[in-house]
Amino acid sequence: MNFRNVGIVYRKELTEWVRDRRTLISTVLVPLLAFPILMVGMISLTTVMIGKAEKEIPKVMVLGGEDSPQILQKLRQVDKLEIVPAADDYKKRISEKEIRAAVEIPKGFDSALSRGEEQTVKIYFYEGEIKSSFGANHVEKFFKDYRDTVVASRLASRNVPASIIKPFEVKQENVAPPEKVSGAALGGILGYMVILLSMTGAIYPAIDLTAGEKERGTMETILSSPISRLDLVLGKFFLVLSASLTTAILAIFSMGTSFYVVGKSGLVPSKNAAALQLHIGLATVLSVFLMALPLAVFFAAVLLTISLFAKTYKEAQSYLTPMTFVVVIPAVASLLPGVELTPKLALIPILSTSLVCKEIVAGTFHWNYIILILLSSSVYAAAGLFLAVKMFQRESVLFRS
Amino acid sequence: MIEARGLSKRFQDKKRGEIKAVDNVSFACKPGQIYGLLGANGAGKTTTLRMLATILEPTDGTAVVSGYDVIDHPEKVRAHVGFLSTATALYPRLTSQEMVEYFGRLNGLDEATLKKRVDDIFNRLDMNGFRDRRCDKLSTGMKQKTSIARTLVHDPPVMIFDEPTTGLDVMTARTIIGFIADCRDRGKAVIFSTHIMSEVERLCDHVGIIHDGKLLEEGTVPELRAKYSEHNLEEIIVRVVGPLHSSLEA
Repeated sequence: MNFRNVGIVYRKELTEWVRDRRTLISTVLVPLLAFPILMVGMISLTTVMIGKAEKEIPKVMVLGGEDSPQILQKLRQVDKLEIVPAADDYKKRISEKEIRAAVEIPKGFDSALSRGEEQTVKIYFYEGEIKSSFGANHVEKFFKDYRDTVVASRLASRNVPASIIKPFEVKQENVAPPEKVSGAALGGILGYMVILLSMTGAIYPAIDLTAGEKERGTMETILSSPISRLDLVLGKFFLVLSASLTTAILAIFSMGTSFYVVGKSGLVPSKNAAALQLHIGLATVLSVFLMALPLAVFFAAVLLTISLFAKTYKEAQSYLTPMTFVVVIPAVASLLPGVELTPKLALIPILSTSLVCKEIVAGTFHWNYIILILLSSSVYAAAGLFLAVKMFQRESVLFRS
Repeated sequence: MIEARGLSKRFQDKKRGEIKAVDNVSFACKPGQIYGLLGANGAGKTTTLRMLATILEPTDGTAVVSGYDVIDHPEKVRAHVGFLSTATALYPRLTSQEMVEYFGRLNGLDEATLKKRVDDIFNRLDMNGFRDRRCDKLSTGMKQKTSIARTLVHDPPVMIFDEPTTGLDVMTARTIIGFIADCRDRGKAVIFSTHIMSEVERLCDHVGIIHDGKLLEEGTVPELRAKYSEHNLEEIIVRVVGPLHSSLEA
């Protein structure tokens, strides 16, 4: 191997790469803009939708209750509810969003209540429809508050202390430090994003530097120069790896900034904003990148190998598109609840890295697994690179017609 | 000096089985000579030239180029060869100068020598007007000049041209022909494949007629004319190739 030649090829590929508008879009603009737009857009939209739903005074239909003026009067006094007259087609009206919910008051509610008989108030709503749920919640809260008032007055009339029905409190308290809480929520996403973006960031340059060269007729030009195929493939490989890591770094930077800005902007309620504040230090981010590095090497080498096999840019694209699924499926699998590192899973590429990144971001360092995964993914990376070099030495691939 | 010794190349084709693209071809080209390789499309010219330039490896036989064996020292061979064909395109996003410099560096030139060599070639080929223009913005003629500069930058003693004028307009083709003649005058060994007989007559000291991968005839143009009692080179090629065609058709 001649480092000077590898460097010459790398610098030339870099020059061409930064001059390519498509590169600017796929490697720089998409990762930098995708997250802010997605984050701010989604959160703003959700905030607006929830805000509108919360501000709305829901129309609620009261079914029955003609013989219970007391409860009807109390219901009508609730500011947050607009009571509409009863109708038989209440279910249809809820479905068609004319009203948000309906409440069915049992026959003789007031008198049964005074006799202390048990009875059930039914609330009808449309599950999954946020405004209907809010309406139903308002109604439910009203009845629960009313029930508590009734219970309290019954106890008071019998001179029984309120604690008789609540002998003790049950309370959960979190002991996990903030980084672990955010790590559990966002850790999986960080690893997943680094892995996915280091793959997607490598696709375009891998195609351009192989099938693209064949299509443009420059492959034969470079093969006529004295550079060895090993140096040539390494120069190209380092460029693809650089593109892959640049995309991932820019995306992580953009994701972190978006989370921070959205969390601070007041767009989301303060208790949710706390969850968006990534309590992830630079060391953690670097650890994630270190774990993902052999995988990025593996991606760069495999993508180069596959796209070299193609004769044209389009053919290479059709080969590499399914590759996205091959990467996404194990990466997503690691996000599923309950999927945890085991010695066997530590040997599965992509899945193992994604899982260990989740652990690292959550502040847990299983050194045995970290070493095992680094070793196994380095072996895969070396195999991928070996394959790429071998592929560049095959005339049947370089001059496939 | 170029010396092909029983060069052969076989390919495996899924439908047709084994194909002998080049079959036991031997010839030699001395410094200051132009050797023309003639033949129809698919005759084996390009494969032969690619083996000489070490882009392809021979299945059997070998060749010695500038004293280096193409199998044992392919990188040394390439460092002593300038290879130009219709398939050797330019990098679209590099400028003309960057393209030439890239190949100069790959050929091991240091920066001072490279600068001197690039300035010299750009002056000689009258390329200074477009040296900073990207290759995808160059006219066909400018592209050809850049390709020529790319092959010359390391001043190789051997030049290999595979149908270099195919598809070019008259003026650009003239530039190439002039450049090939200039290479011979500078003492380089030149191998050249073409379909255009006027170019052969004007340039070639020796010609070889190749068909179905075999070198069927070889000699100077006057020798071939005398042997076949025919002035027209095209007629000579048809007569050399003809009997084989007849036997194949029978």
